[in-house]
Amino acid sequence: METIDTNVSNFFVTGDPMILGSQVAIAITVLAIGFVLTYFKKWGWLWKEWITTVDHKRIGIMYILCSLLMLFRGGVDALLMRTQLAFPGMEFLNAEHYNEIFTTHGVIMIFFMAMPLMFGLFNIIVPLQIGARDVAFPFLNSLSFWLFFWGAMLFNVSFVIGGSPNAGWLAYPPLSGLQFNPGVGQDFYIWGIQISGIGSLMTGINFIVTILKMRAPGMKLMKMPMFSWSVLSSCLTIIFAFPILTITLFLLFLDRQYGTHFFTLDGGGNPMMYINLIWMWGHPEVYIVVLPAFGIISDVVATFSKKKLFGYTSMVFALMSISIASFFTWAHHFFTMGSGADVNAFFAVTTMIIAIPTGVKIFNWLFTMFRGRIRFTLPMLWVCGFIFCFVAGGMTGVMLSVAPADFQFHNSYFLIAHFHQTLIGGVVFGYFAGFYYWWPKMFGFKLNERLGKWAFWLWNIGFYVCFMPQYVLGLDGMTRRIHTYDFDMGWWELNFVSTIGAFLMGLAFLFQVWQIAYSIKHQEKDTTGDIWDGRTLEWSIPSPAPAYNFAVIPTVSETDDWWETKQKRAEGKLAAQPEPVYEPIHMPKNSGIPFVKSFFWFLLGFGMVWDWTFMWVPGLIGVIGCMIARSFSYDTDYYIPVEEIRRTEAAMKGVTA
Amino acid sequence: MRFNTWRTKLKLTAAGLMTALLLSGCSNMMVFDPKGPIAAEQKDLILITILLCLIIMIPVFALTAFIIFRYRDKPTNKAAYKPNWAQNHLLEAVWWGIPIVIIAILAVITVRGSYELEPSKAIESDKEPLVVQVTALDWKWLFQYPEQNIATVNHLYIPVDRPIRFELTADAPMNSFWIPQLGGQIYTMSGMAMKLHLLAEEPGTYFGSGANFSGKHFADMTFTVNAVSEEEFEAWVQQIDASSPELTIEGYEALAQPGTSETLTFSSFPENLFERTVTKYAAGGHGAHGGHQAHSSSAAEPHSHH
Repeated sequence: METIDTNVSNFFVTGDPMILGSQVAIAITVLAIGFVLTYFKKWGWLWKEWITTVDHKRIGIMYILCSLLMLFRGGVDALLMRTQLAFPGMEFLNAEHYNEIFTTHGVIMIFFMAMPLMFGLFNIIVPLQIGARDVAFPFLNSLSFWLFFWGAMLFNVSFVIGGSPNAGWLAYPPLSGLQFNPGVGQDFYIWGIQISGIGSLMTGINFIVTILKMRAPGMKLMKMPMFSWSVLSSCLTIIFAFPILTITLFLLFLDRQYGTHFFTLDGGGNPMMYINLIWMWGHPEVYIVVLPAFGIISDVVATFSKKKLFGYTSMVFALMSISIASFFTWAHHFFTMGSGADVNAFFAVTTMIIAIPTGVKIFNWLFTMFRGRIRFTLPMLWVCGFIFCFVAGGMTGVMLSVAPADFQFHNSYFLIAHFHQTLIGGVVFGYFAGFYYWWPKMFGFKLNERLGKWAFWLWNIGFYVCFMPQYVLGLDGMTRRIHTYDFDMGWWELNFVSTIGAFLMGLAFLFQVWQIAYSIKHQEKDTTGDIWDGRTLEWSIPSPAPAYNFAVIPTVSETDDWWETKQKRAEGKLAAQPEPVYEPIHMPKNSGIPFVKSFFWFLLGFGMVWDWTFMWVPGLIGVIGCMIARSFSYDTDYYIPVEEIRRTEAAMKGVTA
Repeated sequence: MRFNTWRTKLKLTAAGLMTALLLSGCSNMMVFDPKGPIAAEQKDLILITILLCLIIMIPVFALTAFIIFRYRDKPTNKAAYKPNWAQNHLLEAVWWGIPIVIIAILAVITVRGSYELEPSKAIESDKEPLVVQVTALDWKWLFQYPEQNIATVNHLYIPVDRPIRFELTADAPMNSFWIPQLGGQIYTMSGMAMKLHLLAEEPGTYFGSGANFSGKHFADMTFTVNAVSEEEFEAWVQQIDASSPELTIEGYEALAQPGTSETLTFSSFPENLFERTVTKYAAGGHGAHGGHQAHSSSAAEPHSHH
């Protein structure tokens, strides 16, 4: 009996009232969802319409839904930390709990919030923008999503089963090694990220091929919308960076599981190698997430200034050069490792160089607005928030790149404030601009402006109230990741202010949830498909787009082709459109294999975490079995008959008229 | 219109608030209140960078605000509207040029600074540097003074106006040794002996901490630095010599066990303790299997859970 008790308490995290509360809440939520699905007989619908779907638009929506849930969890982590730091000597969280929370906050926000939000936007928009009917590999796309999903589940389950990782978001050894971290938390970290990381890599490949091979006829690369360009640059960065992450974590896994000595203190291990490797992925990673934000800003600025994007060629060149340069700056994350002046000077200069193309982009956006007509809709507001926040964040980044000065910034709250300014002010604000811009395209109705403005101002004010004090705290010697500090350090006033700001951002998030719920209930339907008077192809089709996107694949002759078409139509220069000639459309069939296979990956990971052969071996067999099953399935596509296209188009026109 | 005034007011309030915050902070922020030449040079470097950044940032913000205001989409707006104006090589050359120039200036400053402020470079002085050997442990700092043959935990005494040569290592996960008012930090890593040269010009008590996360009681890894006159320093050494216990090998092994510690002083330490700590983790070093039973034995075992 006693051993069972010990086993159970080793397996489930017990003894913490907050976690117990969460365990109960999770159990109730799962039961409630199960009940609702059963009661309304929706299991079949869920399986047929969503779980097995290979439609890029639906996969995109699922990505975004997951990322908003993860934003919630990562945000709660942030608020718990800020509460603990609001006063000196607080005993709200103990050291161990605090270490777990800052670790999960970082991991979740980067891997399970920023990445899926980004992939969601890639999925929904890229095929529509380049005039394609789906991505190049729809099955693989679904597999990428489910790998992300089950990877995220595996990571999150550590919260209630086994215990969360606690060695920071990049898990530096030896702290993350077996010697100093014998629990299963780090194993959950490794497997959760590995499984979702495979998905990220495949998404990178998928979108490169989609963009290179599936553009509508006439859309030369240099006529492609800027968001698609940014996706291309981001995906190119992904395929070079993610293998480094996979290998690094694999070596850490070997250290932990099989007693190798890649990164251990003894036996010739070298933890510094890990730090180099992880940042060779980690630095490109921040550009992977920020480049698409640049693309979004470019599209939104042009649309809402009713003007062509200024300096298109420069913009493309800037995106690509940032993507390349991002691989040559990794050592600026550890100028204090004592590599000597030669190495530090080199990496300081490469880091600064990235500021040049980034600065050019800012000017080009400003001069897109210049002599334009700016409409302050929600997406455009977010662009304004982005420009101010990101420029300032970039400037503090330049300050950090000055290696000898970095000795004073490193590991301090100055650094924390800087990267939150680029990741919130750059990535999150940029993605929000895209989210509000493309929401009507996804769902066919607009999000409420009034509630959205509340959210916008609360986010922005909250941001500055939260992070400006942290710059000062860093210069006053406060280091990151401490769970408490003494009263006589004189840090508490600014910490208290910072906590207020964090809660303002929490409130802003609630406003966004309210905004979405309210807008679903009181839908302002968009019947035009082109609610913002857009410029690119995604606005030339109805909202939401039909399964096949384009009944007839458009032929492109200009940058901003849809805008030019509308201009020509208005001027009467366009010959009357002949009745479209439909042809049967070739489409991929839904498949349950990605979901099932990813679930086997989850079993494999969970079994590996606990060293349960009885679980990981069947998991592995299942994964291989799914590969074989897919290799021998030939019934993977179908044609939509002309009659059905005609009916669908007529029905949508009926709505439009 | 209402929207714009609201926006302006908010911005002004925010700007006022930030300035107030920054001013209230600036007066006593550690990094901006240097007590030695290294920290002073780093402060100057930071101020130059801030200046260069502001040269870009203020005009960009002003331009942004102007453009946003001037080109609003209002029927009454008389400003030019040129929807197809999207190319101007001269203008683009200007804003490729401006950042290039600024970054070039900054790069020159940085490269020079990197060599001047290289932590392993000795500080020029007519006095011989005082050597202090620093070992980061879980979760306390051990300081050894080889010349004086004394050791302390979690507090440092240093003479003013004499360069200090810190030699640093770790017998635990990596940490970072940072005394903001004397100068920037450097990692303490096992298997390596790092060097950091600092100098205190003013007597006083300064805050030091471990800046790099190292596990459970990381927040307790703070220490005080007392910069005192040469005479006071000598007197302090004498006093420790006379009244403190010795640090034995067993004592060190107990100290190295994970846990926090009070401030401690020792009148001696085992010979070559620092060198032995460094070499014990060196590649293929035999020490790895000797000194530290508790650690090395658990690491050798394969992963298992019960």
